[in-house]
Order: sequence, then C-alpha cells, then structure tokens
Amino acid sequence: MSGKSAKEPKGVRLDHISKIYKNPKTGKDFYAVHDVVLDIEPGSFVTLLGPSGCGKTTTLRMIAGFESPDEGEIYLGGEPINELTPNKRDTAMVFQSYALFPHYNVFDNVAYGLKLRKVPANEIKERVTNILKLVELSDMEQRMTNQLSGGQQQRVALARALVVEPGVLLFDEPLSNLDAKLRVQMRTEIRRIQQALGITAIYVTHDQSEAMAISDNIILMKSGVIAQMGSPTEIYYHPNSEFVADFIGECNFLPCTVNGREGADVLCRVYGHPVKVRSDTDKMGEAEIVLRPEAIEIADEGQLPCKVELSCFMGSYQNYHVRVGDTLVKIADNCPIGKKVFNVGDDAYISFRSECSHLLET
Amino acid sequence: MAKAQGASLDRKKLMGDPIMVTTIVLLITFLTLFILYPLAILLVDSFVGDGTFGLSVFKRIFQMPDFTRAITNTLKVGFVVGILSTAIGLLFAYVEVYVKMNKGVGGLFKLVSMLPVVSPPFVLSLSMIMLFGKSGLITRFLLGIYDNNVYGYWGIVIVQTLTFFPVCYMMMKGLLKNIDPSLEEASRDMGATRWKVFRDVTLPLLLPGLGNAFLVTFIESIADFANPMLIGGSYDTLATTIYLQITGAYDKAGAAAMAVVLLLITLAMFAVQKYYLEKKTAATLTGKASRARMMIEDKSVKIPLTIFCTISAIFVIMMYICVPIGALFPTWGYKFTPLTFKWFEQVFTKYRGLEAFRDSFVLSLIAAPITALLSMIISYLVVKRKFKAKGFIEAVSMLAMAVPGTVLGVGYIRGFSGGIFHTGFLQGLYGTGAILVIVFIVRSLPTGTRSGISALRQIDKSIEESAYDMGANSLKVFTTVTLPLIKDSFLSGLVTAFVRSITAISAIILLVTPSYLLITVQINEFAEKGAFSIACAFATILIIITYGSVLLMNFIIKHFGTSRKVKEVEQE
Repeated sequence: MSGKSAKEPKGVRLDHISKIYKNPKTGKDFYAVHDVVLDIEPGSFVTLLGPSGCGKTTTLRMIAGFESPDEGEIYLGGEPINELTPNKRDTAMVFQSYALFPHYNVFDNVAYGLKLRKVPANEIKERVTNILKLVELSDMEQRMTNQLSGGQQQRVALARALVVEPGVLLFDEPLSNLDAKLRVQMRTEIRRIQQALGITAIYVTHDQSEAMAISDNIILMKSGVIAQMGSPTEIYYHPNSEFVADFIGECNFLPCTVNGREGADVLCRVYGHPVKVRSDTDKMGEAEIVLRPEAIEIADEGQLPCKVELSCFMGSYQNYHVRVGDTLVKIADNCPIGKKVFNVGDDAYISFRSECSHLLET
Repeated sequence: MAKAQGASLDRKKLMGDPIMVTTIVLLITFLTLFILYPLAILLVDSFVGDGTFGLSVFKRIFQMPDFTRAITNTLKVGFVVGILSTAIGLLFAYVEVYVKMNKGVGGLFKLVSMLPVVSPPFVLSLSMIMLFGKSGLITRFLLGIYDNNVYGYWGIVIVQTLTFFPVCYMMMKGLLKNIDPSLEEASRDMGATRWKVFRDVTLPLLLPGLGNAFLVTFIESIADFANPMLIGGSYDTLATTIYLQITGAYDKAGAAAMAVVLLLITLAMFAVQKYYLEKKTAATLTGKASRARMMIEDKSVKIPLTIFCTISAIFVIMMYICVPIGALFPTWGYKFTPLTFKWFEQVFTKYRGLEAFRDSFVLSLIAAPITALLSMIISYLVVKRKFKAKGFIEAVSMLAMAVPGTVLGVGYIRGFSGGIFHTGFLQGLYGTGAILVIVFIVRSLPTGTRSGISALRQIDKSIEESAYDMGANSLKVFTTVTLPLIKDSFLSGLVTAFVRSITAISAIILLVTPSYLLITVQINEFAEKGAFSIACAFATILIIITYGSVLLMNFIIKHFGTSRKVKEVEQE
C-alpha cells in the first residue's frame, strides 16, 4: 500500500486503460476511454486536453480512484493501484467546483487532510501556515469559505491539495468557473507553484490556450482515445491530424500536390503555384498544408495570389479572410499599424516561411 | 467489450471498506425484516390462511357485505377529500403567493399549516364532535339543534379535509412560487383578463402538481385510521374494518387479505403519484421565478378571497383551540364555569397519565434519533454512493411510505406473534417495547429519508469526493462532511420522527400490549367512551409536548444549525 506522506513526486503509468459506459439513450455500451497508454514522468506537468466527452475527466477520475478501469492497470510510482480506494491513493485532486467544506474555515479546510493523517497539531499549524503563504492567503485563515472570491476559493482548494504533499496532483478543470482575466493569472500561479515544489501534476482542461501555457506535455484526446501527445510547440506546429490542428488554435488547410524535396522541405504546388513546406515525408502526391493564421503574411507580392473577402481591425491584429483558389484562408496580421491595409475586394498575395508550415498526408 | 474488470474492482473497493459493507448488510436486514417480511406474510396468510392454497380467503371476504361496502366507502371518502383538500389548498396558496395581504392573515396561514403537524391525528374529530355533535357547543347551545349527527360520511369528509388541506396548501405554495411571473405577465400583456391568465396559463402549469396533491391526499385519506374510528360511527372504512376484523372477529386470515386489498389500492395510487405525476410536475415547473411577482391589489379579487380564507383559517384554528378549552370546562355540554383543572388532575391521579406519558415519551425518544440517523445514512448511500443493492434500499424505504399503518400493524401481528414465519424464531420480540420502537421507526423513515435525499442532492458531489480523496474513509466522510452539512435536515428529521411517533396510532393500536400505556391509545379509548373532557386533557398535554419540541428544534437550528454561519454571511 502506498503511503500518503511521500515527498518525492511520483510518476503515473496508464497501461492500456479502458472504461466502458452505457449510453443512457440507446442502452448500448461504448468506450468512454479506449486503450490509453501513457507514461507521465515524475515532476512533470501534463495536460489532458480535448472537447467535452473525450474521456479526459474519466481518465483523471480513474487515476484518483473514483472510477475503476474496465481494462488495463494504473501504476503510481511503479505500484499498481487498481484495487486501492481513493482515500488510500497518494493523489490529491483540485475540483472544478473547488469542493471546499462550507462548514469549515480556510484553516480547517486546508488542515483536513493532515488531521486525517494524524499529523501533530503544531506541525499542522506550521504546514498550513506555510502553504497558505505560498498561495498568498496568509491573512485569511479564519474566513469562512463563502466569504472568499472565486479566485481565493480556488487557492484554498489548491492549498488543501498541496499541503498533504501528494505523489501526484490532479486538476479537474480547476479554472473554468473563473472569469477570463483571473483564469490567466491563476494558471500562471499554478504553474509557478508546481515548478517551485517539483510536484507531478495532471491537469484536465478543454481550453487549449490554458493547456499550452501551463504544460510540459499535452495529451490531446478525442472520443476516448489519444489523438496526439507531445510538447505544446510540437502539437501546435506539427499536428498529426486535422482534428488536432483545428482544436489547437485556428488553422488553415491548403490542398497541395507534393512533387519533390529540397533539404528539410518538400516542394509542392498549390493551385499551380510552387511553395516550400517543412516535412520529412517521402510520399509524393496529394496532401494538405497546415498553416496558422499568424504565420501568413499578406502583401502586394508573394507566393500565392488571393482575393480579400473580409478585413477587420481587431486591435492587436488585422483579421483577413482571403480566397486562394477555392479555399478560404484566415490571416492574423499582427501589429497592423503602419502596414498596408487591404480592403474587401482587393487582390493580394500571401506567403509563409516553410518552417511555419506543416504537411498532413491525406 | 467487457465491463467485468471495472465491476470487480468496484466490488473489491467496496469490500475493502468494512464499515460500508456492515452498514449496507444491516440496513438490508432491517428493511427486509421489518418492512418486506410483514407485507410478505400478509400475502402468505391471505393465500393459505384457510388451510389450503388458493383464493378462498379472498372469496370469503368479498362475500362479506361489510367489506365491499367499506371499499366503496373508503374510495368515496378518499376521492371527495382529495378534491376538496386540493381545491382549498390551492386557494390558500394562490392567495398567499398572488394576493397582497396584510401580515396578520399571513400569520394565520402559517399557523394553519403547522397545526396538523404538531397535533395527534384525531384532534379534529374530537373537536368536531364537541362542537357540532348532539351536545355540541355550536349545534346545541348556539343554534338549538338537538339531534345533529356528525358521525358518518360527512363527519369523516370534513375532518379529513381540514386535516389534510394544509399539506396541499404547502405543496401548491411551493409550485406557485416556481412559476415565472413573466409567463403570466406576457399573457396579461397580450390582453388576457386575470381570470383568463389563471385559466390558460397558471392552471395548466399547475395541473400535474394538482394531480399530485390530490393523490397524496387520497392516499392519506384511505390510510387514515384515527378519524374514521372516532367519527365514522357505523360508516366503516377499510382501515377500521380491518381493525375490527382482527380485534373483534379474531379473523386473522380475513384481516390479512383485507390488508392486502388496502395495500394494493395505496400502492397503485403511490406508483402513479411517484413515477408519473411527480416527474411531470418537475418537468413543467423547472424555472425559478426570475424576479418578484406583482401582487394583486385589485379590491374585487383581494377582498372576497382574503375574507374566505381568513374565515376558513379561523374556523380551523377554532377547531384546534376547542380541545384545550374543552379540557378546562367542568362538564362539556352542561357546565362551562368556573374553568377547572380537575381533568388535568384526573389524568395523573385517576387515569395513570404519568405512566402513559412516560411510555409514549420514552419510546418515541428512543425511536427518533435512530430514525433520523437511519434516514440520513440511507439518503447518503442512495445519493452519494454506487453499489448493487442501492436500488433495493431506496425502493423499500420509499415503499414504506405507501403502506397504511393498519396494514403494517396486521403484518406485524401475523409476522411476529408466532415468530418469523410462525416458527417461534424471534417470538420474544412481540409485545415488547422494542417492536413498538421499530414500528415508530418504520413509520417515520420514509419522511426522514425523503427530506435527507433532497438535502443531500443540494450538496455538490465533489465535496464528499474531495474528503474521500484527501484520505477519509466512508465513516469519516459521513461524520466529518456529510452529516455536518445536512445537520438541519437531521435535526428536523429527529423532531419529525419524535412528533410522528408520539402521535402515532394506526399501527400501534394493533400492537400495543397492556404493559405499555400509550397516550394516543388512551385518548382514543376515552373519546370512544364519550369521556371527552379527559380525552381533551390528554390531547392538550400531548400537543404541548409536540409543539414544545418543534419550538425547541427551531431554536436549535436557528442558533446551532450548520447554515447559521453561511446564512449570516449571505445576509451581509
């Protein structure tokens, strides 16, 4: 049995994990999570990202022990934990709704886990004080939880999970109840604390920008299976499918024909015009170029001719929709001040650097 | 796809939690032994009671004219009482929610809704006889009518309506408050008159709720024992017929079969109410009122409605006040002055009142905390945990709600007087205080469980999950998180169980033995004998006890309840 007082961060391994649910409408069984294989390094910050119903929360709840996997085994710090109840697992979870105990004040909320572990009173006092200092709530010990703002409640929930020094910290969409500004501030904070303590963290969210900002690694899930995993940059610039490319930020897909290679790039034609795309593929023929809106430049001269269909000032960038051949391409022209602004109906050219592009085989 | 591994892991996790397993096993044993088994034995008895297996017992009872008449009587009373109670309840609720009244009238309404809760069930029958009977205060002394007969059909209907309409009023009030005023404003804005708004918008929205209230009252009415017993005269209902069949005719198999018939009627009603109407009510009225409703100030609506409701309320209150006053008159119906305490004295000096109060009080005091705790545990398991037997536990504890007290009483007689399945096993239980306590528990369990379940549903599931995740086992989660969060519900469950137990009669009257004197049984006996003054004295003391405990509960919840701190902050 794993102790609850480990100071060392633990790794988590999911070995071909599946969870089957019954669809309440059709009465048929389906895989909510299917054959997930995952190895999370001790001390790393990993995000399970995906649209609702993709199985990310179910996966997290299986790690916490609230759900039991129908196939596969979960390892925590190298030990199988399938048969352990949540209270015997060395995990601590931060819930979407904060799940603070409304009948306790801040101090007692944070001290709850320590009291269960029969930690001596003076040590509880010390550890709670320290952790509250870390989350910047030092003067709030005696407050009842409903006297706190959403952000403060979230900090208490974080402190409560951190204070027991779990082998792995689990986050279930912890910021989705906060307003946009606070969300950005809190995610930076969470990352700072996680790095300061060197703790393993598994974080569930449907917000791709949150995932990018906070993670060492992102695991993008779709319909119960892992669609892609990798570092934020890998996933952003080298998505392995249209789904991934589209889910992580806005994306353009240009149809092309690959017909040669030049160094790290392949040579393609888009509606007859030649372009270079970064790819290691050796397959010739039909493919798709993945282009981020901010990777495209619009000018009077360039690689591909286009016609402007929408031009809209957004503050930090000028938003264009242009037509290249039959394809609609979205462009975010950053820092538009001083640049030439194209209007609807104008003819223009777009161009991009090959290292900002990515090829998807079709 | 095989879910086997997940299921077996869930089972292992459950088994790794001995406290949970023990609790579940004990609960299932309790529910099976004291709710399912007594009902099962009634079925067994009614099919083999005459020696051979078959329908002979049913044939026999259906050939008794008394019995078939009782069925018609019961259904007729239930139907009329259901309609009247729902209508009056709706009127009261409408006036409270829609019409601008002065505060005094609101206070009257509150009193009317609380009185039936704290009173023993037959108080209204008692005062009905005393006010309108042959020597009734109103009929004989005010109106000079000497031969008014309150006993029978109309007596039961009036008394039951007055007893049950406050329940409908509370139900309707809850529903009306949930109607979004903008729906009605939209209709009014398009040119509808107030009456048309009520007919075309409010009423259709309420319809399933009205049906629900009607059936709830219907079930209460046909299960009612005390009022028909006291004021029914020769007009017998099923509950009283069953009672007479077993205490008078000693026909145990016949009584069992009759009980089965009564049970089937209530179960069918209950099924419709629970699985059809309750869901429909929830479906039509989901919206919370978005803002305060414009109260009706129109005098042509306000004055007649307020006057009608005020008069009815005062009438009901007068009926209740009649009981303590009756206990103070030297001789009811003949001599009214000087007021005297002699009946109260006699309660204790002549009629072993102290013993009766002690027995009732002690037994109810034992039953109340067990009931409250048990219902909170059941609610916790039903709402927050998942395991195989959960459906069984929920179904059986709700089933108890549909079982009339008389049926349960007969079931206990047949089930325990000769031991389990007449084998002599556990025979020692019969005739003890323990079985009375168990009956009290079973009778109050459904109400407590229902309030516990609705309280727990309000609590975010992840609060308990987080305690569990922090390392607390089931017992710790329940004691440190769940129970403190539903402390108010627990406390009110405690008092409700106490009040229900100390005022219970229907099942108890069949099971009580001479070694226990219970107040309700005493009141019933004195009232039957026509010793109204002494019955009133007993009832008055009982009302003081129950009202006192309700006040005490409100005080405790106000000052020590969970939500106190929470509420204070919200008010800031």
